[in-house]
Amino acid sequence: MSFLTSVAAWLADGAHWQGADGIPIRVLEHVELSALAVVVAAGVALPLGLYLGHTGRASFAAINVANVGRAIPSLAMLVFALLVSIQIGLGLGFWPTLFAMVPLAIPPILTNSFVAIRTTDRDIVEAARGMGMRELQVLRAVELPAGLPIVLAGLRTASVNVVATATLGALVAGGGLGRYIVDGLALQEYERLFAGALLVALLAVGIEVGFGVLERASRHT
Amino acid sequence: MRRFLTVCFALVGLVVAACGGGGTPVVRPDVIVGSTNFYEQVTLGELYAQILEANGYKVTRKFNLGTREIVQPALQSGQIQVLAEYVATLVKFLDKNVDPTGDKAQATKVLQDLLKAKSLTVLDAADATDQNGFVVTKETAAKFNLKKVSDLTPIAGQLVLGGPPECPSPTRPYCIIGLKDTYGIVFKDFKPLDAGGPLTVAALEGKQVDVGLLFTSDPGITAKGFVLLDDDKKLQRADNIAPVVRDDLLAKDNGDIKKLLNSISAKLSLAELVDLNKQVVVDKKDSKDVASAWLKKQGLIK
Repeated sequence: MSFLTSVAAWLADGAHWQGADGIPIRVLEHVELSALAVVVAAGVALPLGLYLGHTGRASFAAINVANVGRAIPSLAMLVFALLVSIQIGLGLGFWPTLFAMVPLAIPPILTNSFVAIRTTDRDIVEAARGMGMRELQVLRAVELPAGLPIVLAGLRTASVNVVATATLGALVAGGGLGRYIVDGLALQEYERLFAGALLVALLAVGIEVGFGVLERASRHT
Repeated sequence: MRRFLTVCFALVGLVVAACGGGGTPVVRPDVIVGSTNFYEQVTLGELYAQILEANGYKVTRKFNLGTREIVQPALQSGQIQVLAEYVATLVKFLDKNVDPTGDKAQATKVLQDLLKAKSLTVLDAADATDQNGFVVTKETAAKFNLKKVSDLTPIAGQLVLGGPPECPSPTRPYCIIGLKDTYGIVFKDFKPLDAGGPLTVAALEGKQVDVGLLFTSDPGITAKGFVLLDDDKKLQRADNIAPVVRDDLLAKDNGDIKKLLNSISAKLSLAELVDLNKQVVVDKKDSKDVASAWLKKQGLIK
């Protein structure tokens, strides 16, 4: 109990809310990196997933290749990304972490967008074609709206994964909330460590809830 | 009478034979040399082992045993007998309330006092150290004309320090706090990296930090052309390299072990140690070959 009290005291300390190592900056860094990683991953995985779902072509191969991203530990990915990043002069911190997070975010987005399109009622799709819609119109006006909750669920899973895993960025001198965890361990300040973990968890729950609201709204349209 | 003479001749014969064999035969006790699990330690262990072997000792190597937490008990219990140690760190390990100071002679004396109760002896410490060092790139050194740590004092406000995340901790007296108290140095910012590892090297190279904390014997310093700033006010404790030997081994020996190991310490400067480390880490040479080449170059073995 006394430990939780000291964590609360750490969080309440005004000094921890200011400056480059303050909570607002660290949260901002964390959100910035995670958001960019998910946007980049969505940029790759959404069009691919929708295309594969719509045509059904080569889907088995594509989805299995993407799933390799899940199998490779993010820590290994990060070390690899660090080496590449140093090699090409992008340095430590932000870029290697981003490189490591994108492959983590791709599989859920790809799989869900594929499934979303694939599972749209075939009769409706055929009806749309019968009305003279072109393939792109079928996708945009029929398949996508019907599958939107599943697409959003994929984005949600990806975002939560990335927010939780982006803490690893602190190992390669990155910012974000992982800083509190890594530094807390090094400094043996366990309040700092726990507060960092708590903030990450809160952020992940917040994203979960936010996407949940979006998904529900998308069902009613 | 005849028998007496025979005995006399026999005795003379024995003495002559002994002389012909090169003086009184010396007893060479078997020696077990140990090391922790770290490349520099293995090379140092090889140096000790090879100079002893070249002088007729039978040496068993027990290298890469683990950290000091494992190796010190092994030395104290006799599972190993000779070990390369770092004077100040060993003092702190044995009694964390004792200050080893930044002076080699003083630190060695403090260490000997602590080792006495363990029936161990520290021999001569080398000039070579493996301790915290503040490092800048060649360009930064040229720009601000930096040679020693105190040169940083007037300009530190413009510079970013990079080092292990625990550096700012109030329990770490030889990092940020020590810089402030001993040198009056306050950096513009601190970037948490790693403990003298690849992140710090990369951050220095990539100019994400201006001053980095590396270990003084790190071969990366010369390999990357960094400049190690001289710790002119002796903030860092004297982590000079010294052989620590069991008293019972020295008692069985005629003094040669002491002489031989001290002859290594006498020649082992920091530059020499960095070069040894570079050959092992950067050039990927075998530490056995590196050690024997060095001993030959120094004229310590034939």
